[in-house]
Amino acid sequence: METCTKVTKEWLNTQEYREKNFAREKLVINPAKACQPLGALLCALGIEASLPFVHGSQGCAAYFRSTLSRHYREPVAAVSDSMTEDSAVFGGQSNLIEGLKNANALYSPKVIAMFTSCMAEVIGDDINAYLGNAKEQEAIPKDLPVALANTPSFKGSHITGYDTMLKGLIECLATPRQEDKINNRLYVVPGFDTYTANLREYKRLLKVMDAPYTLLPDQSDVLDAPNLGTYELYPGGTPITEMNDALNAASFLFAQTYSTPTTRKYLASMEVPVEVISMPIGVEKTDKFIEAVAKFTGKDVPEEITIERGRSIDAMTDSHQYIHGKKFALFGDPDVLIGVVSFLLEMGGEPVHIVCTNSTPLFKKAMESMLAASPYGQTATLYAGKDLWHLRSLLVTEPVDMLIGDSHGKWAARDADIPLVRIGFPITDRVNLHRYPIVGYSGVINMITMIVNTFLEEKDRTSTDPYFEMMR
Amino acid sequence: MSTRETVDFRKQVVEDVLEIYPEKAKKNRRQHIAVKDSECASCAVKSNAKTVPGIMTARGCAYAGAKGVVWGPVKDVVHISHGPVGCGYYSWGNRRNLADGEIGVDNFVPFLFTSDFQESDIIYGGDKKLEKIIDEVVGLFPNAKGVSVLSECPVGLIGDDIESVARRMSEKIELPVIPVRCEGFRGISQSLGHHIANDAIRDHLLGKGPAREIGPYDIGIIGDYNIGGDAWASKKILEEMGLKVVNIWTGDSTLEMLQNGHLVKLNLIHCFRSMNYIAKHMEETYGTPWIEFNFFGPTKIKESILKIAAQFDDYIMEKALKVIEKYAAPMQKVIDTYRPRLEGKSVMLYVGGLRPRHIVGAYEDLGMEVIGTGYEFAHNEDYEKTIPALKEGTLIYDDVTALELEEFVKKLKPDLVGSGIKEKYVFEKMGLPFRQMHSWDYSGPYHGYEGFPIFARDMDMAINSPTWKSIKAPWTK
Repeated sequence: METCTKVTKEWLNTQEYREKNFAREKLVINPAKACQPLGALLCALGIEASLPFVHGSQGCAAYFRSTLSRHYREPVAAVSDSMTEDSAVFGGQSNLIEGLKNANALYSPKVIAMFTSCMAEVIGDDINAYLGNAKEQEAIPKDLPVALANTPSFKGSHITGYDTMLKGLIECLATPRQEDKINNRLYVVPGFDTYTANLREYKRLLKVMDAPYTLLPDQSDVLDAPNLGTYELYPGGTPITEMNDALNAASFLFAQTYSTPTTRKYLASMEVPVEVISMPIGVEKTDKFIEAVAKFTGKDVPEEITIERGRSIDAMTDSHQYIHGKKFALFGDPDVLIGVVSFLLEMGGEPVHIVCTNSTPLFKKAMESMLAASPYGQTATLYAGKDLWHLRSLLVTEPVDMLIGDSHGKWAARDADIPLVRIGFPITDRVNLHRYPIVGYSGVINMITMIVNTFLEEKDRTSTDPYFEMMR
Repeated sequence: MSTRETVDFRKQVVEDVLEIYPEKAKKNRRQHIAVKDSECASCAVKSNAKTVPGIMTARGCAYAGAKGVVWGPVKDVVHISHGPVGCGYYSWGNRRNLADGEIGVDNFVPFLFTSDFQESDIIYGGDKKLEKIIDEVVGLFPNAKGVSVLSECPVGLIGDDIESVARRMSEKIELPVIPVRCEGFRGISQSLGHHIANDAIRDHLLGKGPAREIGPYDIGIIGDYNIGGDAWASKKILEEMGLKVVNIWTGDSTLEMLQNGHLVKLNLIHCFRSMNYIAKHMEETYGTPWIEFNFFGPTKIKESILKIAAQFDDYIMEKALKVIEKYAAPMQKVIDTYRPRLEGKSVMLYVGGLRPRHIVGAYEDLGMEVIGTGYEFAHNEDYEKTIPALKEGTLIYDDVTALELEEFVKKLKPDLVGSGIKEKYVFEKMGLPFRQMHSWDYSGPYHGYEGFPIFARDMDMAINSPTWKSIKAPWTK
């Protein structure tokens, strides 16, 4: 028995196992993706006094809330209409109506963000019609906005749900675009972003650049709320008035590509000017963000930003030697991967394995052309649609120096005896990382700090006496 | 306040809080809340009923009860979350049911296996995909002792026949393949998921293992999920008593332990709510007796040790008395250290199906008082067992809603709240010490003699943390 265990354990690390593992067609093991409604919930939390409402089983709501709370270490409010077996037979309308009535009475939201989970989708509930009936029956006031999103878990992933809910919220809250009422603001959409500090960083940069802006959605004060001795259910978010005026935006700037296509398409159809950039991770991508904002304001980039950029470049040159030539494996969402890989290439780091479970053809093309254009990207392979058990095989057969990804990567990193630097979602086993931006020039400095100090920590931990040195 | 005044005050609190509801919801919720009042025989708590839609319940679903609680900790079985990716993803690595074994070889606890349903699977059904998945599992994990199939909502709604897939594949791979019909829409909480999971063990595994001689002191632990190593801490006491723990259900459990659960002299049941079904079944079918026990805090541990030992002979009783004696001094030292810091502090609890009553004694050992308690998914018999253990005037709430709990806490002003992750940060924002009592807040174990010093330290740490003192800025009024 003992030998058998040992033999299998060793076999897991072989090339033969890797091939067998990559040959699987249907079984998914440790995927780096969650389902749509989680993203919808995150999106909904970023609007002022918005109450997320799950039309479906209550278990779904419990899972989304727990998962988000574990990452942010913050309260996450959401209700569900607790559909059960009889709803499967008769449909979920009576639950939806009663749920709306109670939720409104208890929580007095300014908007209810309703999204579906599997059950409602499979039985084909028509939430739009049900909502009409709820208002007809005066379960909620006729003028209470209720945004709708169909977010089945068997399509797309959490980033799709974010996008669908965002479109639903704008559709519900914004008044039609009127050419004589165009406001002067740049509406910046962060995308599925689980760093409250990223959102604060966007706002700081926009302020420094003197750009009138609306961050949409904005969870920074909701999911990084102060402890002032009282619990606030609605501690922040994009103001409703600015939501109302969203279609009159001077322009929209999307700071993520792959978590926003539906919303962009919708806005374009409403004749709202839309620009999309890569998530501003690393110097080049941040430059693009700054340029896009400068183009919008029509003003020169303030010197303060140039100096800030210079400080991040200084940090890069100071510590390039610790990253140059190092081999990396990464996994995560498409937008974050494009950004972090771009940053590594700027540092002379060599990405080797890139696993993206929720990849898309457009993302694959973008990633592969970015890698092909860099001398440091030549050894990299993008594994589209693969999971973390595939990643484990890659790490043990083609070793790298570091893994970058969320907390779920800790087993694969341990098996490969390499450090895991936590970037992504969810991070449930380290504190405060969401309070440090990975976007912007300060994000560059933070990522260098995390990656380089982890390497140096490893070096100190494993050095023998003569090589245990004061300077690194 | 006199006891009578306390009872009346808390009853008034309940009435005030219920005012937040529309009429229908109010009528429903009133039945689920009571104040312990010996002068009021009819003050019972309704339980195990549908949650009111729209009110922010903490409850989960049948899948969470079956996969998350009962099946997930069985380490040498590959558990397939059958359906879309979410349910499996959210229950992956989020319960601290520790297991000892080679990860990926004979321990699959830290894994998520999913059939990752796509739209085509909803349209055409997932049975063929499931067959292929089971084949792939066996190819990649040759040491797995079996496969469980945990159904998510869509599977039941589209009419897949996982039972016949399981039958066919079990014959083909010559291993147990266990279909578990735990779709999230079944029942009204996690509770039905526990029951369904128990039934699956009964129908597919129990009594089908390799035969084994039953030793005179062989016992099983039922309903300990080894959160933070709890089951190991309990096992230590039992083995020091001279008993032999041959099965644990299902913390750090194996398939064979499930097959042989009845082959013991006595089953000790810890979480009655989630595992009473199978314990009763083993008694009725195989004559295996069971008793409940409680290893939280020295008083209850002592009571339980004596109760368990009384089921055996003088040899065990003699050893049991020695165990009690051995730990008396170290436990007294824990009490001497922490009781002065915790004496008179009050606690409100809201947990799953066991701890709202089981852990009361451990708080009392520290001089603390439980002034409010309630369950997410208990049944009537759980409340019947709870109420006698509580002081007069204790507030009891079933499936308490987020807003009710906030309001109750604001009015009753406990020194500590013990509940789950969804509640934790609400109360901490209110400046209230809090401990997660499902996951032990990533600490533990809390069971047994090993657990009590950790429990005492953690409660002290929460209540007396200097961080609470910094909340108010010096310049604010």
